[in-house]
Amino acid sequence: MLGNCAVAALVLAGLAAALRVGRSPLWRQAGRELRRRRPFALLVVALYAAIALLDSIAWVDHEGGGVHEARSLLVRAFPADFREASYSAPLADVEFYGGAPLRHPGSHWLGTDILGRDVLLQALRGARVALLVGGLTSLISIPLALLFGVAAGYRGGRVDDVVFFVTSTLASMPGLLLLVALVMALGRGPVQVCIALGVTGWVGFARLARGETFKLRELDYVQAARALGVPELRIVLRHVVPNLMHLVVITFVLTFSGLVLSEAVLSWLGLGIDGSWGQMIDQARDELSREPAIWWNLTAASAALFGLILAVNLVGDAVRDILDPRTLRERA
Amino acid sequence: MTRVLEVEGLVVSFPGEHGRTPVVDRLDLELDAGDTLALVGESGCGKSMTALSLLRLVPRPGRIDAGRIRIDGEDLLALRVDALRRLRGHKAGMIFQEPMTSLNPVLRVGAQVVEAIRLHERVGVLEARRRAAELFERVGIPDPAERLDAYPHELSGGMKQRVMIAIALAARPRLLIADEPTTALDVTIQAQVLELLRELRRDTGMAVLLITHDLGIVNEVADRVAVMYAGRVVEVGARETLLGAARHPYTQGLLRSIPALAPRGARLPEIPGSVPSAGAWPSGCRFHPRCPRVFDPCKQHDPDWTALPGQRVRCHAVARELAS
Amino acid sequence: MSAAPTGAAALAEPLLRVEGLRTWFPVRAGVLQRPVAWIRAVDDVSFSIEAGRTLALVGESGCGKSSVGRSLLRLVEPQAGRVWFEGVDLLGLAPAALRPVRRRLQMVFQDPMASLDPRMRVRDIVAEGMQAFGIGSSESERSERVARLLARVQLDPGQMWRYPHEFSGGQRQRICIARALALEPRLVICDEATSALDVSIQSQILNLLRDLQQELGLTYLFITHDLGVVRYLADRVAVMYLGQIVEEGPAEALFRAPQHPYTQALLAAVPSLDPARRHSVAAAPGDVPSPSAPPPGCRFHTRCPRVFARCAQEAPPLYGTASGASRCFLSDPGAATPDAGPAR
Repeated sequence: MLGNCAVAALVLAGLAAALRVGRSPLWRQAGRELRRRRPFALLVVALYAAIALLDSIAWVDHEGGGVHEARSLLVRAFPADFREASYSAPLADVEFYGGAPLRHPGSHWLGTDILGRDVLLQALRGARVALLVGGLTSLISIPLALLFGVAAGYRGGRVDDVVFFVTSTLASMPGLLLLVALVMALGRGPVQVCIALGVTGWVGFARLARGETFKLRELDYVQAARALGVPELRIVLRHVVPNLMHLVVITFVLTFSGLVLSEAVLSWLGLGIDGSWGQMIDQARDELSREPAIWWNLTAASAALFGLILAVNLVGDAVRDILDPRTLRERA
Repeated sequence: MTRVLEVEGLVVSFPGEHGRTPVVDRLDLELDAGDTLALVGESGCGKSMTALSLLRLVPRPGRIDAGRIRIDGEDLLALRVDALRRLRGHKAGMIFQEPMTSLNPVLRVGAQVVEAIRLHERVGVLEARRRAAELFERVGIPDPAERLDAYPHELSGGMKQRVMIAIALAARPRLLIADEPTTALDVTIQAQVLELLRELRRDTGMAVLLITHDLGIVNEVADRVAVMYAGRVVEVGARETLLGAARHPYTQGLLRSIPALAPRGARLPEIPGSVPSAGAWPSGCRFHPRCPRVFDPCKQHDPDWTALPGQRVRCHAVARELAS
Repeated sequence: MSAAPTGAAALAEPLLRVEGLRTWFPVRAGVLQRPVAWIRAVDDVSFSIEAGRTLALVGESGCGKSSVGRSLLRLVEPQAGRVWFEGVDLLGLAPAALRPVRRRLQMVFQDPMASLDPRMRVRDIVAEGMQAFGIGSSESERSERVARLLARVQLDPGQMWRYPHEFSGGQRQRICIARALALEPRLVICDEATSALDVSIQSQILNLLRDLQQELGLTYLFITHDLGVVRYLADRVAVMYLGQIVEEGPAEALFRAPQHPYTQALLAAVPSLDPARRHSVAAAPGDVPSPSAPPPGCRFHTRCPRVFARCAQEAPPLYGTASGASRCFLSDPGAATPDAGPAR
């Protein structure tokens, strides 16, 4: 339930951003440039996003007795009860150990795992978790970072000292340990993990926002707004924050992959989100030492993870080049 | 008089929306030894790009598309890179507008001058340092020997500019190209630097190409003046002739619109409109949309040179006047 | 206190009267960031401007003239002094009470690109002040006002929905002027408003400023380093050096017969445009001292061609002259002949 609310929040945020972008010719031009430079990577990211969306629309079938769980569109694309008893190799007809016949012979393209779950379906479902982690966490950490960073940069003085103290303290703590402690305290759901990641991850961007705000505060057009008598809060919202937006976009895209990988590490420690690629990789750990080794679930999860991270990084590099203030100015 | 600099038909272009856009368009210049030529124009006319192209320093993606540049007889555009490097600094030196950014902030200024000296002459470091101290004294830096070890941020704007001049003079060039050397300096410091330039010119017999937008500086330092507009030279002449009796409507408009020359309280004569940007140059004479003397041929044909005693002008109206 | 016994007695209270303005900036160092030195940007500055007139504040970089402008608007906070504007001391007002006064005291900045938010449309930029003060009952009415303002500064109102980078330098400066006029101010501070413009554009903007002054009865404080512009536009001139006013008087008189050696050096250094006479002289040797460590006594004495012994020991006050004031012992009516000293 909470997870679905989170997804809804993300989708709304995405729509709001798209609307905002659509209204400004500067951003539209940046978007066109991005489509020109990285069409393939964008396509891959869009593909992952589409899969994640498919996996988010779920409902319960109330036919028959007993408790049914909500099944998403993605799950419904596969045959009902697509499970086996245990391992099977990709496209096999029989179980891997023992050779018992499968219920759906030849239809498991990437085989099944120890519980008999189809690996392809698992890998696809991981997309939703990954995008949730990247998106929701940023939705939490970026506003936090902006709040603290801009306040510190604009007000200076005491406010800056306090924020600086907080960020330095947070930055001095070993990140992973803090994360683990938070997750254990908050509980193990997806939203809780995102909150933990968000709360520990805002420091870097806050520092960046603070530095940039220092610079912006001295610019003539901010001084002009002060001379006009515009109230300070309005100056911050109207002049400072919009001119930080390019940094927000760059940070969002570049930290996205870092967040997905952090969740994978958490899963490795058993603290991650159910259904994520990290969990798949964790579960697949022991299987490599069997004889013969089970490799397909590890490979599928790693490949899916790699694909998304690579695509996002390629897009992120292009975004950073396009939104670099120097090129912005030159184009202007 | 030996001709130190000769430029013919120079074209410098940058990539634009519709192919390559020229920013300097068939420019001609000449300069003899011992002379100072001021190249005057407003922002966007292409004068800085002209200065850079004289040392083949045009930044990418710009490039020199056509024309001939001869420095002391050598065809610049035909030189290979190593010969070009020898020429830079030795035949022609350059000083730039922003003393703040033209010096390497992590090197002591003495080291930068020594580097310039040793690039062109085989001397040891000690000898080069001695020469550097001499140069510092020449350009009016007090306590020259101590100043060799200063970092750029420890010097004022005027001092940095003097260091730049010292570096440019290090290899005893025949031609000094000064790109807006005093624009970033205060008026009293500017007067000091201009005096220095006048002295150096007298003592070394260098030819100086001075790029500026300030007609006052032109009057103070130049022997001849070339006025640039939209990538071309529109008027060239001796200083007194040009400043006292300019013929091109643009030059006349510029001179009239200087507040220092206008009577108090009266309306300043304006040149209507604004300078067209490269790529959007009007057809025919590029000044015609803003010209008070425009008539039919101006819109179609780019005017040729009309020669007058002491000056040349590119203007149909002036040509017509002389013909009648 | 401005000691100038002017040619004509001041009939009414001047629109702006500045007394003893002092704005120092701390130079901080050390772990606790304590101030170790002070940059005396504005050090005991006093002047006044009559309604409808133009006072030019002239000086080179580091003299503090821009800081004066910003201090008047309290964009930086002065440490001491009084700024009487329309009879009210601006420096004594609480920030909330200052806001309504800001309408009548506006500023045009130097760099037309940096003073316009590149991500806002021109219409929003010009309307911003109106929105802050609730002028105009609706957005469309504000757009109409913007159109009228743009027309008044000779820009095409149809272009108000464009972005600043689509305009040329001169046009952007017109937009800045329109923005300043939107609040119907009485005093406009022009901080190097024409310094970043080409000569031919500068004349257009100067004409515009002149016309607006006549149409709207504006008062200008024109901060600049360009003496040519000053001669053309100003009624009175105040010359600043290292945070102090060193000479003040009517523009004509100051240009004809400057009293203070720094003013003389400044005027002598300006390149002449007369082809028959090239006489710019480097009359003030050496560099400007740092504003954090001004020389003792008269601040100009280290560069003054007419320095004598007293200059290094005492700081001269502003002495009244025929039509203005000069901060120089040479203008001291009480002193006989100055002590002989090393002439430069």
